Amino acid sequence: MEKGKGIMGSGGRWAVDFSDNSTAPPSRDIPDPPGFTRASVDQDDSTVSRQKKDAESNWKAQKAWEVAQAPFKNLLMMGFMMWMAGNTVHLFSIGITFSALWQPISALQGVGKVFEPYKDNKVDLLGPKLLFIALNLGGLALGVWKLNTLGLLPTHASDWVSSLPPAQEVEYSGGGIPL
Amino acid sequence: MAIRSFFLFILFFSSSLSPVFSLYEDQVGLMDWHQQYIGKVKQAVFSSQRAGRKRVVVSTEENVIASLDLRHGEIFWRHLLGADDVIDGIDIGLGKYVITLSSGGSILRSWNLPDGQMVWESSLQGPKHSKSFLLVPTNLKFDKDNVLVVFSNGRLHAISCIDGEVLWKKDFEAESFEVQQVIQPPGSDLIYVVGFAASYQFEMYQINAKNGELLKHESASFSSGFSGEVSLVSTETVVALDSTGSILLTISFQDGKISSQQTPISNLVEDSLGPAVIIPSSVSGIFAIKTDAVTVFIRVIGEGKLEVVEKTTHEIAVSDALSISEDQQAFALIQHASSEIHLTVKLAHDWDGNLLKESVKMDWQRGLVHKVFINNYIRTDRSYGFRVLIVMEDHSLLLLQQGEIVWSREDGLASIIDVTTSELPVERNGVSVAKVEHNLFEWLKGHMLKLKGTLMLASPEDMAAIQSMRLKSSEKSKMTRDHNGFRKLLIVLTRAGKLFALHTGDGRIVWSHLLRSLHKSEACQSPIGLNLYQWQVPHHHAMDENPSVLVVSRCGPSSDTPGVLSFVDTYTGKELSSLSLDHAVVQVIPLPYTDSTEQRLHLLINADKHAHLYPKTSEALSIFKREFLNIYWYSVEDQNGIIKGHALKCKCTGEVADEFCFDTRDLWSVVFPSESEKIVATVTRKLNEVVHTQAKVVADQDVMYKYISRNLLFVATVAPKGSGEIGSVTPEESWLVAYLIDTVTGRILHRVTHHGSQGPVHAVFSENWVVYHYFNLRAHRYEMSVIEIYDQSRADNKDVWKLVLGKHNLTSPISLFSRPEVITKSQSYFFTHSLKAIAVTSTAKGITSKQLLLGTIGDQVLALDKRFLDPRRTVNPTQAEKEEGIIPLTDSLPIIPQSYVTHALRVEGLRGIITVPAKLESTTLVFAHGVDLFFTQLAPSRTYDSLTEDFSYALLLITIVALVAAIFVTWRLSERKELQEKWR
Repeated sequence: MEKGKGIMGSGGRWAVDFSDNSTAPPSRDIPDPPGFTRASVDQDDSTVSRQKKDAESNWKAQKAWEVAQAPFKNLLMMGFMMWMAGNTVHLFSIGITFSALWQPISALQGVGKVFEPYKDNKVDLLGPKLLFIALNLGGLALGVWKLNTLGLLPTHASDWVSSLPPAQEVEYSGGGIPL
Repeated sequence: MAIRSFFLFILFFSSSLSPVFSLYEDQVGLMDWHQQYIGKVKQAVFSSQRAGRKRVVVSTEENVIASLDLRHGEIFWRHLLGADDVIDGIDIGLGKYVITLSSGGSILRSWNLPDGQMVWESSLQGPKHSKSFLLVPTNLKFDKDNVLVVFSNGRLHAISCIDGEVLWKKDFEAESFEVQQVIQPPGSDLIYVVGFAASYQFEMYQINAKNGELLKHESASFSSGFSGEVSLVSTETVVALDSTGSILLTISFQDGKISSQQTPISNLVEDSLGPAVIIPSSVSGIFAIKTDAVTVFIRVIGEGKLEVVEKTTHEIAVSDALSISEDQQAFALIQHASSEIHLTVKLAHDWDGNLLKESVKMDWQRGLVHKVFINNYIRTDRSYGFRVLIVMEDHSLLLLQQGEIVWSREDGLASIIDVTTSELPVERNGVSVAKVEHNLFEWLKGHMLKLKGTLMLASPEDMAAIQSMRLKSSEKSKMTRDHNGFRKLLIVLTRAGKLFALHTGDGRIVWSHLLRSLHKSEACQSPIGLNLYQWQVPHHHAMDENPSVLVVSRCGPSSDTPGVLSFVDTYTGKELSSLSLDHAVVQVIPLPYTDSTEQRLHLLINADKHAHLYPKTSEALSIFKREFLNIYWYSVEDQNGIIKGHALKCKCTGEVADEFCFDTRDLWSVVFPSESEKIVATVTRKLNEVVHTQAKVVADQDVMYKYISRNLLFVATVAPKGSGEIGSVTPEESWLVAYLIDTVTGRILHRVTHHGSQGPVHAVFSENWVVYHYFNLRAHRYEMSVIEIYDQSRADNKDVWKLVLGKHNLTSPISLFSRPEVITKSQSYFFTHSLKAIAVTSTAKGITSKQLLLGTIGDQVLALDKRFLDPRRTVNPTQAEKEEGIIPLTDSLPIIPQSYVTHALRVEGLRGIITVPAKLESTTLVFAHGVDLFFTQLAPSRTYDSLTEDFSYALLLITIVALVAAIFVTWRLSERKELQEKWR
């Protein structure tokens, strides 16, 4: 880059001005062509842009709903994968289960970011966001349920007593066969 | 659940890796050591072979016959006869056969001297029990066949030396005849059998050695009677003592005529004290008598005239006579003097001249000389040299030659009575107790060698170097504590009353101490060591206080003789103090309380059922008073079939006020009907066993609560008829009953009868289960049964929220008087081996799964997973049960050859197996003792908490270095590439 600059620096300077002068009022010495009215063009332009904006917000709202519904497909796929993985603890089932747990959590963390492109004053994002959250929570619930079926949740008495030390005995007795 | 699944994972992991705990060939000797002993030598015979290696054949009190190398004391070969096959005599016949007479003179065997193979065995029967004698006459021939003369069981046999055939026999059936000597005068064809009849008559039989014909029978009566042994002073003269022990009788039976002379000892020794005994010896012309204080040597000068040649107050030992030429006999005499022993070799007929006089420095820890055996050799200058083999008070065996101890064997270790362990000193900065460390270069070199080995680049020499490096790792034999707790001291008490400290790393003797309190004294006639207890185990003051052990001993064989306590420092082996008690010791109960110096409180019960508290300090007393009402004790009277429970009552009501003595009262008793049951085994849990959890999680997340009590006693009784040998009764007449008894309340928690079964019963108790081994007469096989005991009253603690919030009373102290409701589960399996001992592995926290250690009849130790003895095994376990690790039920327990802990070795005469937890949870230390000693480390669930010994740190280091280097190189490369990219 620097090399290029060096070469350029040594040569003569030249420039092309590409500034668009079409919208600016032309200089007085060149009259407008006949049939051309500057005012009407300005008016027409503003209505078009309004229409355009409406279409865009509609499109955004639609897209937001679509994005919000996306986890549903994911949910179905996850369900299928879990069914495939079975109920025994091994590498595959644990991997599936943890990805099933991780995906909704990361999605929930990034809720704002997912809907960032569709942010608009006119678009109401609350509905899609709620749906998105609900579906992800569903996914999370599915993961937890799977975790439970794998027996990895401490929901049984056995999970809480497995390291209970034996109770102390008050009495002590010793003895045996005489020496 | 996380913990459970973690364990499941471990279990899964370990079970998937095949259930073997075997070693590779090159791992032998890394963590284990094996030592061979023979026991206290009773008799020694030197092999007089001219060619080949010099050897000595010995018989010992452990019923071992062994051939030892005379140069180094190593064992050439060794045979252990059964416990009831006591060796009576050994000799060497024809220069190449070792002849042994055993089992009270009823079994005669011949062994090949060079390799110890048995040549023949004959069984000798006779009309009645008697002393037995084995003679191997050198010149008594019978059809070119050497003849052995054996007197046993009241019958005289002549036996062929070549094939063990009985050539002739002669009975001595006279009712009261007691044989005292069998004499075969060299160069004649006569055998004299002399003995006493009716304790006042002297009998002499002259027998033709060729055919056993009785030539002459003479007798003479002595009104004063006889006592003790007779000493042979010539081939035709014996010396005996009268029944009072004060008159010497010189009896000669020359030419078949009995003539005698009486000499009162007081005539010979002016200040004779008390009754005398004759020291058995076979030196011709001389004999020795011993009174309480003095030993007197007396010479017989023809016609029964006696003359005192020496009188000594020193402890003395005399050898048998050794013929060095046609008419010359030499014998050795050993006298003690403070720190030395004086060895003199004299000729039998010349007391004043010494062939040899030497002084040898002797460690006083070896005690007195008990036995002397003499042997001669011809020096290069054609003169006679002598070597003597001496047996010391601590049962060690030493060879003395040219005033030096050539070799010594610590054979006291063949008869271990009790074992305990002690920690080693903590490593201190500055004060290095350890050996010099390897320097860095050597460390690196070693690891490079290992790396070469791993990468299969090592040459055979390198491999040998690696192996020897592994075996001689200084790390394992350091004298300091290690992080894993592998290095400990094994404190063993031997029958000789000597304490040894063995290092667990390599089995060497760190110190040994002959207990002074176990020395014979006037107050204590025949002291015997009983047991070892850990007296003080400092944890808080580990840096500045040494642990100590308590040795309990007794002054005699009967239970009412006073006891002796000694306290021994386990780091130095010094006897800190010893107490001669004024009461007997029938039971020692270590209490679960320690005082501020971490001395454990012990309760000693005497014969009158008084309890004595030790240590006798006011602090101990106050601790004891606090727990006074909660201390109980029980006694098992196995002769009467009664188990009694006792409680402490009040201070002793004796004439002497002793605030450390307490009266006891009987609380309960369990009386077994003597006509149908006889106690054969009692087992309790080990005091120091640690149990990790009270809950057992079974399939489907269910919980069972173990009934864990320190106060449970397992008792096995058999039908009195069936207490004999296996097969002596029919199945209908024999049964075995197993009980679980609470020793505080006397409640019988469980009782089960095995019909058609018989002892011997070997049992082990751990956590909430007991495993016992017995013989099933109906199936003609050995069986092992397991009983697991669960607490049903806790079973409804299933509310998760209560458990989460800790609102349960599962860990609150319980009283045994609350009568817990228990259920038991049990199952039986066939087992192939009969057992000598049984033990269970123990780990620091009790988390690791357990293995049973079975001492088999083949003197090996077999490890068997407790999972095989699980009463919940079924033929078709469900999926959940399989996940839990339950093995499908089979009728017999598998014996996996790889799970022999002792691999190819044998622990001859196995008597006990001791397990000690290491600090590393996965590992337990195992010590098996019998005539041999064996030590190893075991990891019942593999070493899941540490890297294996052969882990290559160098490989790890090199990998890391290589990775770092690779990172740098690739970084540089990528930078350069990026630059080039930018130029494009």
